[in-house]
Amino acid sequence: MNSAAPLPETAAPRAVARAAPLRTRLRARGLDGVTLLALPAVLFVLALFVYPFLYGLYLSFAPAKGGALANYARFFSQPFLYDTIATTLLLAVPVTIVNVAAAVPVALRVRLMRHQRLLTTVLVIPITLGTVLVAEGLLTYLGPRGWVNRLLLDFGLSDRPIRLLHNYWGVFLSLVISGFPFTFLLVLSYVTGIDPSLENAAAILGARARARFARILLPLLVPGLAITLALSFVQAFSVFPSAVLVGAPAGATRVIAIAAYQAAFEQYDYSMASAIAMLMAAVQLLIVVALLMLRGLVYRGPAATGKG
Amino acid sequence: MALASRDFRALRLDAIGRAFGAVQALREVTLTVERGEFVALLGPSGCGKSTALNCIAGLLALTEGSIWLDDRRIDPLGPEDRGFAMVFQNYALFPHMNVRRNVGFGLVSQRRPKAEIARRVEEALALVRLGPQADNLPGQLSGGQQQRVAIARAIVVEPPLVLMDEPLSNLDAKLRLEMRAEIRRIHNLLGCATIYVTHDQDEALSLADRIVVMRDGAVRQVGPPEELYARPAHPDVADFMGYRNLVRTLVHPAPGGVAVTVAGAELLGTPVAAATNGAAIVAIRPEDLTPSADAPIVAVVASAEYRGRDFAGVARAADGTELYFRAETRVRPGEAIRLGAPAARVLVYAAT
Repeated sequence: MNSAAPLPETAAPRAVARAAPLRTRLRARGLDGVTLLALPAVLFVLALFVYPFLYGLYLSFAPAKGGALANYARFFSQPFLYDTIATTLLLAVPVTIVNVAAAVPVALRVRLMRHQRLLTTVLVIPITLGTVLVAEGLLTYLGPRGWVNRLLLDFGLSDRPIRLLHNYWGVFLSLVISGFPFTFLLVLSYVTGIDPSLENAAAILGARARARFARILLPLLVPGLAITLALSFVQAFSVFPSAVLVGAPAGATRVIAIAAYQAAFEQYDYSMASAIAMLMAAVQLLIVVALLMLRGLVYRGPAATGKG
Repeated sequence: MALASRDFRALRLDAIGRAFGAVQALREVTLTVERGEFVALLGPSGCGKSTALNCIAGLLALTEGSIWLDDRRIDPLGPEDRGFAMVFQNYALFPHMNVRRNVGFGLVSQRRPKAEIARRVEEALALVRLGPQADNLPGQLSGGQQQRVAIARAIVVEPPLVLMDEPLSNLDAKLRLEMRAEIRRIHNLLGCATIYVTHDQDEALSLADRIVVMRDGAVRQVGPPEELYARPAHPDVADFMGYRNLVRTLVHPAPGGVAVTVAGAELLGTPVAAATNGAAIVAIRPEDLTPSADAPIVAVVASAEYRGRDFAGVARAADGTELYFRAETRVRPGEAIRLGAPAARVLVYAAT
């Protein structure tokens, strides 16, 4: 527009827009009085998440002695430290897979049940108990004189008590028990999001149960399962109490959280502890990003069609 | 593998029933559907028509009776073994598959050779005029197009029986008329049997060879559309077939038929099922109740709606009876008119 002549048609609306009060313009962008209600939450997140994270990040690059990267260099030079990543992965990955693999068929069945709420409540109780109580329970239940071993001995399935505590399996079982309800609830919400008429349509078109699962239910569940795997993994990867209580914290279940704990509260090296925590976050992030990228490759739309 | 082939003679429902706990959703339904026939199950919501369809499809087990395809009993079979096809109200298209794979689903289940699947899917898509959309996902299609995919997916397996559960209820009025014609065209082309569930009497009248009117889980009347339209056997059916004027009154014999009192005036009528004396229900369509100078019923126009071709009006008689009528010329609220109907169009039922 290089015309010198005045253009009242276009100038007028611009003048109106300029004249609109700030309040109206803010509201058009979704900012009004109600937005202020989010302020406490924002402050909360800043104070309890963003600030500690950034401070920890800074701390990890400020070791007591050596250069900025001294902590990270030390971590990756000592098997005692860097092995904890493998140890933790070796626990968290199988636990996550077992939980999701068990949750899918249970959720598919529960979806069809009439007393769904009762069963869901029962399955969810372990969440409310907390890791420590579950670990305490396992100590008596799985111990050499616990029910499991007594049954095995009484029925002659084993001639001596099998060791299920203070080793890998103790932590594994404890993580499965405390992680399953969470995984199950997530999977159930994804499963119930699939329109049941899709399965009926497939059945009428001649698909048997196995084909219906493989061709309809599973493809529609995969995006949800990727999210479930990511969240369950993160939960299992940060294992700490059960690794100490029912595991072998000096050996097979010396997980990365224990390394961080020891650096912080046994050696009082907060800088090193921060570095370990940052590495822990990095590994989790890596796996979560990988899962979400895989999720991007499949269909992610709604699990129902038609106009509602 | 589909057990049923197209070469069947009839599907027979033998006194089928279905209960949900104490609620009897379907009772004693007996019906035979011949090959090539288009049957509509018509009734208000909750009348059991969808339950009946789901029982035929195998999605619901029967609690009584049996279903036969010629001389083979099929009600113990699951839906995947019956070889029927169904078009759902919400279409139930597989959202993660494109149109081509949706339509080919049934053929893949039957383990047909790839080349045959590709050929038959193309044919089915051409039949519903959806060739250009073959690679789209259902979410990218309009409601009418999704409906066509659902129909193509059902007919591509060449089922002996196509079940349709209110397939047009989610479409707008114009598209509904188009798809209605399309459904009948495809039915005629394929020669299979179609059972079509609807609550829309116009749809049932225009599509079906035979209409089954249901109420409270039971069949009220079965017959060709003309018969149901002109002579419903029951006041319930009349109500559903558009006889909006249903008046409780008394009937007595009169020369050439029966006479009834409607809104204080005497009308000559036609008795249905030997209703000649005593308490009765009179059914008259609004189209048959028209104003004329020498008509017997005196009433005052309460409201009138212009409908293009004529006026649809409501008139109130001195005794308070509301009557739905049609007028060819404008009538105004408050105007006094005289209404009457030909004796053949005044149906008289014995009141129960």
